[in-house]
Amino acid sequence: MIPAEYYLVLSALMFFIGVFGFLTRRNLLAVLISTELVLNAVDINFAVFNAYYYPEHLEGFFFTMFAIGIAAAETAVAIAIILNVYRNMGTIRLKSLKKLKF
Amino acid sequence: MNYIQFLEMRPEISLLALFVVVFVYDLVARGKWRHYFHPITCILLMLHCAVCLGESYREATLFSGMYLTNPMIGIVKTILTGGTLLLVMQANKWLRSAHTTHKQGEFYTLLLSTLFGMYIMISAQHFLLFFIGLELASLPLACLVAFDKYRHHSAEAGVKYILSSMFSSTVMVYGISFLYGTTGTLYFEDMAAGVNGSPLQIFALVLFFAGMGFKISLVPFHLWTADTYQGAPTVVSSYLSVISKGAASFALMTILIKVFAPMVEHWQIMLYILTVASITIANLFAIRQTDLKRFMAYSSISQAGYIMLAVIGGAADGMSALVFYVLVYIFANLAVFGIIETLEHHTRSSVSRDDCNALYKTNPKLTLLMTLALFSLAGIPPFAGFFSKFFVFMSAFKAGFWVLVFIALINTVISLYYYLLIVKAMYITPNDNPIKPFNSSKYSRISFIVCLAGILLLGICSFVFEEIDKLSYGM
Repeated sequence: MIPAEYYLVLSALMFFIGVFGFLTRRNLLAVLISTELVLNAVDINFAVFNAYYYPEHLEGFFFTMFAIGIAAAETAVAIAIILNVYRNMGTIRLKSLKKLKF
Repeated sequence: MNYIQFLEMRPEISLLALFVVVFVYDLVARGKWRHYFHPITCILLMLHCAVCLGESYREATLFSGMYLTNPMIGIVKTILTGGTLLLVMQANKWLRSAHTTHKQGEFYTLLLSTLFGMYIMISAQHFLLFFIGLELASLPLACLVAFDKYRHHSAEAGVKYILSSMFSSTVMVYGISFLYGTTGTLYFEDMAAGVNGSPLQIFALVLFFAGMGFKISLVPFHLWTADTYQGAPTVVSSYLSVISKGAASFALMTILIKVFAPMVEHWQIMLYILTVASITIANLFAIRQTDLKRFMAYSSISQAGYIMLAVIGGAADGMSALVFYVLVYIFANLAVFGIIETLEHHTRSSVSRDDCNALYKTNPKLTLLMTLALFSLAGIPPFAGFFSKFFVFMSAFKAGFWVLVFIALINTVISLYYYLLIVKAMYITPNDNPIKPFNSSKYSRISFIVCLAGILLLGICSFVFEEIDKLSYGM
């Protein structure tokens, strides 16, 4: 059986790749994908903790399922708003979001 | 099965019923019935408020301990509902304008679902329920921020809000996953037994703070605040600044004293730094703002810092100070935002400080209310804001944070300066072409009177605070 640490390292990597992507990407959709990456890291974490350390309850798996559902809702709302930005500005580059400043 | 126990969650049930009624009404109402939509919603919300207020709450848990209700939580829910009612009343003119009148129903349903999310968030005793409540409180809010579909600002504010909200909540859940990994449960009560301050749990605590700090907009996580407040419809900005913030701070406090009680010295240091940073930096930024909504955004960040002063002690008097602060803050802030909203609606553009010049000459009543509300926000003695600030400082002082209280006091003086800048603009600065005299709508006027009564009376009528104080609990 693969040790749990392998999964945790994978999820930590995904988490930090997601954070890095969120901070550096220049396209709104790419930023959205980065946050999804972070959320998937969370899902892996919960599933691994449940399966390896606390197999008697299913709390972690349930949390994962709910998190996936909520992620879908979040993505739907975010994409709707990004579409709206595209309609207003004709681009979804992050640099175009500069009307609201000091 | 004993169905009668579900009556313990009567605010939720009543709100859900209200939600369904408004939703169905929006679908079926035609012609002149559309015209009555706003008054009917106001009346229904008032009924809902009465249901929440009703007979006192008992301490009870539901869903095998996932959901908790007690008198304090009942009071917080009532306060949030009352604030929402005032807000809907102020929204009257905006909702009836040509761009929004056909999507009134969407506004109400989104607003009520965020309120439902906040109820769940406050009552949750399990991290899954808490997470769902938090998301339910922030996702529809993103739709509300981007509500003015054809305005560039609104879309930009919406995208800034939803992306930072998603990011911070995922970071928070990552922290929760480590808490689950180290303790093996998601129930608050059971988790507290397993929390021992190991490095992994400190990491989890930091991530958890990042998520909650975003909701309350404390300083390192505040970057979305000013842009979102400025771009969003004014009603939504005021909802974000009072109701959403109040609910999140109460939820933060309950989790800190329930789950993280064994790690109290760790989170007190963190909260200390966040508080000092929020109050100071937001105050300094607020001075240089000219747009009123942006200005109020920074003001609300520093007010959030003051609320954290109540949380930091983690004691029972801290909780009563927090709830009282939120109550007073709701009245004062809703008055200011309501006035900005009416001015905006009248001038059909965003309002800057210079637009307020010599407002006293043309609209004396509105100016007077604005002045009193700003005084209350700044904490000048006869008004409620002074008493709420006093209780907050007292609770931090009792917990031994006197340096923090001193820093907060200095910042109160700074905040007085920028609040008075607006008062000076309204009364003293001459202006050849001030905003013409106008009448605000009946609904706004009623809500203004309620706000005025709150600002004037809440501090003097000491029984309000005493009632809250009796019900509070701490570590």
